Amino acid sequence: MLLGRTANGLYWMFRYIERAENIARLVDVGLRVSLTRSDTGDEDWDGVLQSADVREPYLKVHPNVTASDAIDFLLRDHNNPSSVMSCIDAGRNNARMVRTALTRETWEATNECWIDIKQRLQRKIRDVDLPELIDVIKHRCGLIRGAFHGSMLRNDIYNFSRIGTFIERADNTSRILDVKYYVLLPAVSQVGSLIDNMQWESILRSVSAHRSYGWVYDGGEYVPANIADFLILNGRMPRSLAYSYGKIVRNLQYLEGEYGIRPKAIDTAEGIQAMLTRGSINDIMDHGLHEFLDDFINRNNQLSLEISDGYRFYQ
Amino acid sequence: MMTADGRPRPAYETYHEWYRNQDPAHLLQKTRDAENIFRKTGITFAVYGHADSSEKLIPFDIIPRIISGREWRKLAQGIEQRVLAINAFLDDIYHKQEIIKAGRIPRELIDRNEAFLPEMIGFKPPGGVYTHIVGTDIVRTGEDQFYVLEDNARTPSGVSYMLENRETMMHMFPELFAINKVQRVEDYPRQLRQSLAQLAPPGCRGKPRVAVLTPGIYNSAYYEHAFLADTMGVELVEGADLRVIDGRVQMRTTRGYEVIDVLYRRVDDDFLDPLTFRPDSALGVPGIMDVYRAGNITIANAPGTGIADDKAIYSYMPEIVQFYTGRKPILENVPTWRCTEPDSLAYVLEHLHELVVKEVHGSGGYGMLVGPTASRKECAAFAAKLRANPSNYIAQPTLSLSTTPIFVNKGIAPRHVDLRPYVLVSDKVKIIPGGLTRVALKKGSLVVNSSQGGGTKDTWVLED
Repeated sequence: MLLGRTANGLYWMFRYIERAENIARLVDVGLRVSLTRSDTGDEDWDGVLQSADVREPYLKVHPNVTASDAIDFLLRDHNNPSSVMSCIDAGRNNARMVRTALTRETWEATNECWIDIKQRLQRKIRDVDLPELIDVIKHRCGLIRGAFHGSMLRNDIYNFSRIGTFIERADNTSRILDVKYYVLLPAVSQVGSLIDNMQWESILRSVSAHRSYGWVYDGGEYVPANIADFLILNGRMPRSLAYSYGKIVRNLQYLEGEYGIRPKAIDTAEGIQAMLTRGSINDIMDHGLHEFLDDFINRNNQLSLEISDGYRFYQ
Repeated sequence: MMTADGRPRPAYETYHEWYRNQDPAHLLQKTRDAENIFRKTGITFAVYGHADSSEKLIPFDIIPRIISGREWRKLAQGIEQRVLAINAFLDDIYHKQEIIKAGRIPRELIDRNEAFLPEMIGFKPPGGVYTHIVGTDIVRTGEDQFYVLEDNARTPSGVSYMLENRETMMHMFPELFAINKVQRVEDYPRQLRQSLAQLAPPGCRGKPRVAVLTPGIYNSAYYEHAFLADTMGVELVEGADLRVIDGRVQMRTTRGYEVIDVLYRRVDDDFLDPLTFRPDSALGVPGIMDVYRAGNITIANAPGTGIADDKAIYSYMPEIVQFYTGRKPILENVPTWRCTEPDSLAYVLEHLHELVVKEVHGSGGYGMLVGPTASRKECAAFAAKLRANPSNYIAQPTLSLSTTPIFVNKGIAPRHVDLRPYVLVSDKVKIIPGGLTRVALKKGSLVVNSSQGGGTKDTWVLED
């Protein structure tokens, strides 16, 4: 027996924790790029804001994009509902609401994450402290995940938490790709220039895949189609769309088995998964990478709504 | 801890011996450890009206308050007598009102009482129990001399601190529990659940399903609500989760609505049912009172129990105990002047500097005057309020409260304390051997409320 509101709280708790970590990773990539390029770092931050899907709210409070404003907006600003601080606040508030569904370990990891990050983000971050801060955020989120995996019963509580994690992850990965899709287009980059190489590497870094890419695609030579394939279709890459949908569908199917009901959401998720397992990267590129990603983001959002309807999150 | 001649009191002997061999620096570290445990676990409360400090820790003192088994037995008898009398009183007030007919308490006291609910007239709650959970506030003034300060018959809070304080002490000082025989309090959640389930409504089919109703995460006692639901293994619900369907209160689950039989509500009467009480309440369940009256849900504590812990009723508790139990009260009441009576008002105004004056419906230590520590100006301002609305106030002498030791930077210092034991009522009365000891951390202060800078400590009842 699980309350609809509790399922909703779990779903969003894990979406926010996932998002906090992804934003931290994006800031990390932005930093790295601006360190390696002495000319103009600000355009890159514009891309980071887009990947985080917060460019519009950013421009409401800042006239133009600068590294320092962007970093502050992404990490600390409460006007930004997707800043690391907002995400951790929201994640922890949801955790408080679903406290009775969590193990003590999972709750304490979440609460300690909040205590620590809140303290560190009280003041504007100095450049020299940024790398350590980003490590701490990733580390704290990792501890929550670890406590969760090590201690939670594999029941519907677990399923809703996992579904939240992977809906968010699929959304984040598809946005990272969509913002940079043009650097992956064959016409633009048959031969990797230095700039291209750096762009490609930062895409991979944004999903912590710059090392594993080399294990999968021999030699690790940056080939745009391979990068797109890795992030979209590779079923073993834990931040790819295919992997995320494998998990979403598995968890929804567990719920179907346990509840004996099959809301529309399951059909939708299986449909998206089928598209990802049947598709080839060449087909996707031929039909338009941007169109594909745009469609995917919409379908992913649609699924999120169907899940909240199907499992009575709100009514 | 010590008697007048400087020897440790018997209950503290073992502890004192242990304490003498401790390094103060080590104990100071333990105090900080305790704070970390509380912070990490999220054992916090919200102080209303503080913008930036929405979550606070209650200071915890590492020296336990120790009560001998003999003292406890007397206390427990007195509490049981009082709780039974309160239930009988509530039943009488909502039925025949014999105590009023007998002239023992004035009718206006009930008629004018905001906590009195006409909806409860003639209705008998499941098992005839009104107060399932009671927390009686007690102070000690001397050897075997206990006074009841308040009866807290509606929604006593703080029991999670009793349990977490013990947990923390056992974690930090396991050796102390090997050398002292301390009675267990850890069974409280299981007993609470049993006690609630036992009073399932007549409409309950099968195993009773219990839930805790909370106003939500922004409530000052939310931690406790979640803690109790979690340790009892029952659902923690909010008003928005509940709806009346087919004459039963049901909660919205991921696969549809499911019936609740017993609701331990931590929402005030006013907010319980927008159809019956405050129409703007979003915290309650529209129609729950009808379900209740039809015998299809148990609400704990019963709506309308607040009349029994009103401060004006308090002054009649000795008569109430005598009337329903036929015996003299085992525990004493603090002498109370009802300012609504002209003679009393005159006395109170004349002796303001030596009395504690409280609002009749107040709680949390707000809106009160502590005469001996108040300035002349404060007394004068309060006197004006008193004259303007005398029936809103009662006054009591400041008792020479006993102190217990607390640990401070320089070692041990005496501070005033009170004690709130927790009582469960079903077909019998169960009193958990222990309770919440609240301590006034400021030297000389008598105010122990956590919202006013009070702290807590573990409370030991010894087996002897």
